[in-house]
Amino acid sequence: MKVFRIVFPLVLLAAFIAFPFVFTDPATTTVAVFTLFFAAAGVGWNIFSGYTGYIALGHAVYFGIGAYAMALLCQDWNIQPGYAPFFLLPLVGLIAAAFSVFFGWIALRTRRHTFVVITIATFFIMQLMAYNLRAITNGSAGISLPIPFDWTADFFNIPFYFVALAILVLAFIASWWIHNSKYGLGLLAIRDDEDRALGLGVNTGPFKLIAFVISAFFVGMVGGLHAYFNSSIFPPFAFDALFDVAIALMAFLGGLGTLYGPILGALILVPAQQYLTVQAGSSGYNLIMYGVIFLVIILLLPEGILPTISKRWNRWRASRNRAEATPDIVTSPGAENSVAVESSGKGVEQ
Amino acid sequence: MANLILGAVITGILTGGVYALMASGLTLIFGVMEIINIAQGALVILGAYLSYWLQANYHVDILIGLLITMPIMFFLGVAIEWVFIRPLKINRTMLSILVTFAIAMIIEGVLTNRVGADYVELNAWYVNASFKIGNYYLPYIYVFGFVLSVILLIGLYLLLYRTKFGYSLRASMQNRTAAELIGIDIERVSAITFGIGVALAAAGGVAFGATNLFNPGSHYDLISRLLVIIVLGGLGSLRGALIASIAMLVIGDVTAVVWSPVWSSTVFFIVLVAVLVIRPQGLFGQTEGRKQ
Amino acid sequence: MSLLEVQNVSKAFGGIQALTTCSLSVEEGSITGLIGPNGSGKTTLFNGITGYEKIDTGTIQFSSQSITNIRPDQVFRLGIGRTFQLTRIFPRLTVMENMHVAAQREGMKELLSRWSSTHEQKRALELLDFVGLTKLKDTPAANLSYGQKKLLEFAFVLIAEPKVILLDEPAGGINPTLINQLAEQIRTLNKQGVTFLVVEHNMEFVMGLCEKITVMHRGSNIAEGTPQEVRSNPAVLEAYLGD
Repeated sequence: MKVFRIVFPLVLLAAFIAFPFVFTDPATTTVAVFTLFFAAAGVGWNIFSGYTGYIALGHAVYFGIGAYAMALLCQDWNIQPGYAPFFLLPLVGLIAAAFSVFFGWIALRTRRHTFVVITIATFFIMQLMAYNLRAITNGSAGISLPIPFDWTADFFNIPFYFVALAILVLAFIASWWIHNSKYGLGLLAIRDDEDRALGLGVNTGPFKLIAFVISAFFVGMVGGLHAYFNSSIFPPFAFDALFDVAIALMAFLGGLGTLYGPILGALILVPAQQYLTVQAGSSGYNLIMYGVIFLVIILLLPEGILPTISKRWNRWRASRNRAEATPDIVTSPGAENSVAVESSGKGVEQ
Repeated sequence: MANLILGAVITGILTGGVYALMASGLTLIFGVMEIINIAQGALVILGAYLSYWLQANYHVDILIGLLITMPIMFFLGVAIEWVFIRPLKINRTMLSILVTFAIAMIIEGVLTNRVGADYVELNAWYVNASFKIGNYYLPYIYVFGFVLSVILLIGLYLLLYRTKFGYSLRASMQNRTAAELIGIDIERVSAITFGIGVALAAAGGVAFGATNLFNPGSHYDLISRLLVIIVLGGLGSLRGALIASIAMLVIGDVTAVVWSPVWSSTVFFIVLVAVLVIRPQGLFGQTEGRKQ
Repeated sequence: MSLLEVQNVSKAFGGIQALTTCSLSVEEGSITGLIGPNGSGKTTLFNGITGYEKIDTGTIQFSSQSITNIRPDQVFRLGIGRTFQLTRIFPRLTVMENMHVAAQREGMKELLSRWSSTHEQKRALELLDFVGLTKLKDTPAANLSYGQKKLLEFAFVLIAEPKVILLDEPAGGINPTLINQLAEQIRTLNKQGVTFLVVEHNMEFVMGLCEKITVMHRGSNIAEGTPQEVRSNPAVLEAYLGD
């Protein structure tokens, strides 16, 4: 089992690396590039929302900040088209992360329900800022980025593909490391019962904020890369509400809080979404289809694909070696919301 | 300038009443069911389109038309709750956000498909006419919208505090488990509450649609404002929704006059953030209750 | 020497006075009981001591150090652990992972390394063995029975080697065999130097286990003494039977 855990990601990585050489058609590789964008952003988002359970629906903010940072840096530093802009990505990520320290600190003062709303609110503020701060952002006219004209149509996607893959790998390694660390255990404990974790010595405040910032870093880098890929940005593109919902949906589909969940979700949903947009365009059908798919996924697989499979597997294994329980009243599994009715010492279940 | 500001305050209060109507449905739903109905904005727009359709095809006055649209929307709300919300067992709040967002998208998609993306506005004799009070011209629709809101909110108050059903609803808001234990049918209360919330959205739709140009995509801006209002007021607090609506609209309108309309939405959100830094639970929200 | 000293603590929730000049002292190395009718403020007092609620007036001292209104994590790190009336464990984590949440570590490097060191694992297994949950160490905690969850909560509070443990109705909702086992475990740990403050409704359990008992009623302490003294105290009888 241990060997599998190390071999599997390497095999997956090899498959990803080989992909564009096997499927060379630019239409296919474009879809692949978008898939990698969402997978990387999803893995980054999952580090915060998946592990702590605080669903942040405003992460498109950091995507947008990354996009504008990239555009403005290219503009102000006169970056030449080609490979140079790629090297700006870590800086772009750090800029997004810097903003997230401020927004995260404010948002994390609130509890889960209010938190979701405040992340949404932050998103709308920034979108409005993008429209209104014309001096910096050029308002709704947007900003263009350097365009590498010497890259042929066939070749264009390739560098973006590999840079996106690099970000995904980096995000995945971060996610994996955190998941196995004491810090990650603290995050997962926060997800299950934050106050209890606090009462057991877990530093909940700083833990959450750090996860938030790390996730903003990765999402910011994806934003910068996407901006360069698109060659121009303007407010609704950079600050796109649907982006947030898309990565949340992908993570839920694959399995929120799992390592591979967001990647699996992206692999399924991005090609589907691209296909639908091509088919249905702007007559509203694409929205209807998207919404329906959403609903079907959430209602049928509320826990996501990977956790559902994992549960079935565990149940199968448990039925093979029955655990010896301490003699007691045995109850059905998953008794999270049980109302324990006590009557002076005699045990009465639920 | 002072004149303009006073005018802005008055319009702010009047339109605030309308937003309070839409926001109260949202906060009520949260209070009873602990879910955030992201589709509320889309449902308002749907209500507006229904009124538009009745008026354009059957010449039904938009306010009279409420007698038709509100019951229809009520049942739509009950149906949505029953089919899409009730099955959610684990992680309810978060999943409900995604589910209601999906519903909002479907509504937007259907509307775009049927009526197109052009902006429309609801019409009636009182929409463009105004009457004069002192130095101000006050469009009738603003006052009518406000009066409508007041009537419905009083109706809501009476429902909550003077009827048996209202008692069940308030009990469910306080403590779901305890309410169930004393025999309240939580599922029924939830469904009806959702229905009421959506019916209120229909009413809000008329007032909103008569004072704003709208198209199927207008729900994004609307829901973001409504969410800000209920969080500011405190999730689950009707009183908070009312006060926050009026406060936010007044601040927004005054900013538009004093500074620029472009900034009025931004100020909206900045006020929210500022308040939450000091009081994370909102104006009238509950702090973490007694821990067990 | 009093290890834990609560002096004249008051706490109100809106119009309800949950605690009114309540005082309590827990001697080092003792097993002290805290009893009282429902609503007398026992859990509120626990919450106040462990930082889950803020108290309005009064002081709480631990080893002569003031711990009034400090954060729950600070309370825990000073060496005070607690269990909850409706057990609070981490349902989606395995039993073993639950144990490690409370295992303390210092420094960033430590936080970034693997969640279980050899030393921690050894200690966790020892404790799981002590409560009899070893075979379930890789089971998600949600799948445990109520009694097993209680044992798990007990075990992971112990992992940080607290000086004092506050037990909130440890015997509630479990069968007599387990109750006796629990009492034995408490006695064993007490002999090793752990102090206990136990809230319980099960009179047999409390009277049999505790050397000193404090009685609360309507937010204040009304009596204290040995089990015999408390049993025959008229004020106590009135508190339980009267009203």
